[in-house]
Amino acid sequence: MPMDEIALDHAHAHDHKPGFFTRWFFSTNHKDIGTLYLVFALVAGIVGYSLSGLIRWELAQPGIGPLLWIQTSFFGLEGDAAITAAKHMYNVVISYHGLVMIFFMVMPALIGGFGNWFVPLMIGAPDMAFPRMNNISFWLTVAAFILACISMVVPGGLGGNGFGGGWTLYPPLSSTVGHPGQSMDLLILSLHTAGIASILGAINFIVTILNMRAPGMTMHKMPLFAWSILVTAVLLLLALPVLAGALTMLLTDRNFGSQFFVANGGGDPVMFQHLFWFFGHPEVYIMILPAFGIVSHIVSTFSRKPIFGYLGMAYAMVSIGVIGFVVWAHHMYTVGMNVDLKAYFVAATMVIAVPTGIKIFSWIATMWGGSIDFKVPMLWAIGFIFLFTVGGVTGVVLANAGIDHTLHDTYYVVAHFHYVLSLGAVFGLFAGWYYWFEKMFGVKYNSFLGGVHFWLMFIGSNVLFFPQHFLGLQGMPRRYIDYNEGFSTWHYVSSIGYAITLVATLIFFFSIIEAAVRRRKATVDAHGHGNPWGEGATTLEWTLPSPPPFHQYNELPVVTGKGGH
Amino acid sequence: MRHLIAALSAILFASPAFAALPEDGAINFQPAATRIAERIHDFHLVLLWVITLITALVTVLLIWVMVRYSRAANKTPRKFSHNTTVEVIWTVVPALILVGIASLSFPNLYYLGVTPNLGQISATSKALLAEGRTAEHLAYTKNYFPDAAEKGFVNIKFQGNQWNWTYTYMDIKDDSDTAVEFVSNGIHTGRPSDKANYEAATGRTDFDSQPTNYAVDYPMVIPAGRYIRYYTAAADVIHSWTVPAFAVKTDAIPGRLNEGWFLVEEPGVYYGQCSELCGINHAFMPIEVRVVPQGQFDRWATLMKAGDFDAAAASVRQIASIASETKLASSN
Repeated sequence: MPMDEIALDHAHAHDHKPGFFTRWFFSTNHKDIGTLYLVFALVAGIVGYSLSGLIRWELAQPGIGPLLWIQTSFFGLEGDAAITAAKHMYNVVISYHGLVMIFFMVMPALIGGFGNWFVPLMIGAPDMAFPRMNNISFWLTVAAFILACISMVVPGGLGGNGFGGGWTLYPPLSSTVGHPGQSMDLLILSLHTAGIASILGAINFIVTILNMRAPGMTMHKMPLFAWSILVTAVLLLLALPVLAGALTMLLTDRNFGSQFFVANGGGDPVMFQHLFWFFGHPEVYIMILPAFGIVSHIVSTFSRKPIFGYLGMAYAMVSIGVIGFVVWAHHMYTVGMNVDLKAYFVAATMVIAVPTGIKIFSWIATMWGGSIDFKVPMLWAIGFIFLFTVGGVTGVVLANAGIDHTLHDTYYVVAHFHYVLSLGAVFGLFAGWYYWFEKMFGVKYNSFLGGVHFWLMFIGSNVLFFPQHFLGLQGMPRRYIDYNEGFSTWHYVSSIGYAITLVATLIFFFSIIEAAVRRRKATVDAHGHGNPWGEGATTLEWTLPSPPPFHQYNELPVVTGKGGH
Repeated sequence: MRHLIAALSAILFASPAFAALPEDGAINFQPAATRIAERIHDFHLVLLWVITLITALVTVLLIWVMVRYSRAANKTPRKFSHNTTVEVIWTVVPALILVGIASLSFPNLYYLGVTPNLGQISATSKALLAEGRTAEHLAYTKNYFPDAAEKGFVNIKFQGNQWNWTYTYMDIKDDSDTAVEFVSNGIHTGRPSDKANYEAATGRTDFDSQPTNYAVDYPMVIPAGRYIRYYTAAADVIHSWTVPAFAVKTDAIPGRLNEGWFLVEEPGVYYGQCSELCGINHAFMPIEVRVVPQGQFDRWATLMKAGDFDAAAASVRQIASIASETKLASSN
């Protein structure tokens, strides 16, 4: 074929979409893969959120109730056998709630979903650097999730199906001593697969961001969301192999007679905890950094003001990422570490408050002097800033090893990490969802429903998690199916909070259906761009139609403006 | 005869003993029972003020910008994006606050994390008195209990098992030189049959008055006002020994022997629960510590050495007050 025909053919193919199966199952298009990730995260989110519903239902009152009812009604067990099964089921529920939410909801949504969709759009790239690798990242994540779901229903250990050793997978409870069944082996396989998927995705993001920025877009002009994904991807690339190593050792301990974590064989269970948290602490920043990036754009857009202290914001994320690797043992203050070592981890951990503080204050300074429009994404972003502050300051409390000797493994810790993750990362996720909804799907969401969703979620999740601080201070341990009457009131309040968030979540799903049925046309502004947010929205994705064409930037945009976004 | 005295003393000098249990609707720590807990609670109170003020500051700033710079109040946004002065301030001031927090944090961490050298305590205390530094001596006494230091440690090993605790009193040995050791089971396991099992096993009818998920069959007993040095170990999976009122928590890990210390001055019953997920009955392996005067502890120890665990447990069911113990000792 002569060259001009190829060019012509290409021009024709410009917005030609492949057939359904080819498009969604063999996809190499970053936007389609992003959509797939978002749909996947919604499905996994329903699973993870239902599991948390079981937890709050069970804990609404003291005694073993709802889970016992499930065992007797649906599994035909009776008497002590049913009670034992209910206790095991509770441990399974809390374990998979954590695993599903972390590995199959927050990470796929923020990194796989929004990262895939908007990193190429924001940096002016036609697609990700390795489109096929992008595809395999997604489908490996699906495979990992299926493996995790299977592991939930195959024999786990001494009490029933599924692995009930917590998302932290500490041996010996996760080794053959605690869970001899296949469930844990499947779970290891699932996390290995999810880890491979994430590592491939991380490589893809790093290469894309370093090599495929539009002409003129230097690193210091790159949008903060791309920065946040870059830092996240580097964290993934460095942290996940450590988890993979720990999991492999656990796998060989379980199946091939190695004794890495077996005390009688000269191994040490605490070694697993060090490896796990060397991954696990960066992991919490992996979940929150993309939300930081999203919130920065939203705050700037709806204040109609450039980001305050762009460079400080970017390098605050870099320093959070770097320090995130040297604080892991603050999750392990009670394992019997040397007191000097604990003192080091106290100091290092508290240092993280400085770059985090820079981010909080810079968001407020971005709003300062602005002209703030309280559209739905902005509500979520402001909610995020407030709630993340609450979660952040309790983190400073827990960083102090002395206090942590009281609060470790109590509901205070549960409250803390749900404030930063359930109320931080998830609020960032919803902020991004409403911010980019029209851009991704080409239709408008219903602002009223979005507002109701926000307020119910804000109130509900505070009612849900704030009382858990009180429970923790009073000494309520984590991962307990039953508790003394002295904890009743706040557990009950907490469960009511869950009920409120349940209404909010139903409204969220209703708003998706409503938008899909009504199909309100996306905004086209005076320049012919698909930009509903006006002059404040300055990043490149707003120069494209909504939804963007199947292939964008056939002619690369040239970035001339000064300063970053 | 000893049994009789124990039972008599229990009846005659019974006082409503303090019990450390969660209080429904409470929003703060359980009352402190050790100097460690007092210091941690004081430190936490300072931190609570700091974090409340920081959260309040962020909230006020957020509300201020939302009101003052809403689109209705401010049509034209300003375009500044840098201000070196405020950026330096909000980097340096938080850093200074953290230095302040750390300066309070480290002394408390080292206080609870380092088992005191008892020999040194007596010497230091005497030296302070000899030099006439009474104020310092008072402060030192408050933290390091020189009188208790003279008496040395009571050493106890806590071994976590699925799902109970084994307590070993290394210093208390019977005639065959075997240390006193017993297993402490929670009487609640979440089963309806718990009450019947308890009544069948103990012949007692006080099941309903026992605190749910906290009471055990054979409690751990320690003398009031004595230094306790404990070691934690585990037989199967990881467990964690804690009593919230003591503000200590130490994981019990297979293959390791962790160490900690505390000293409780006030006799009473103190409760805790296993604090590391350990399997099906994680919520049902409570910790019950009965802190009793030295005389009552000695009688309990004697019964334990004789192997009469039930009589020993009965002897600490009522906790004598320090005053009544003194009276008993003088009448003896």
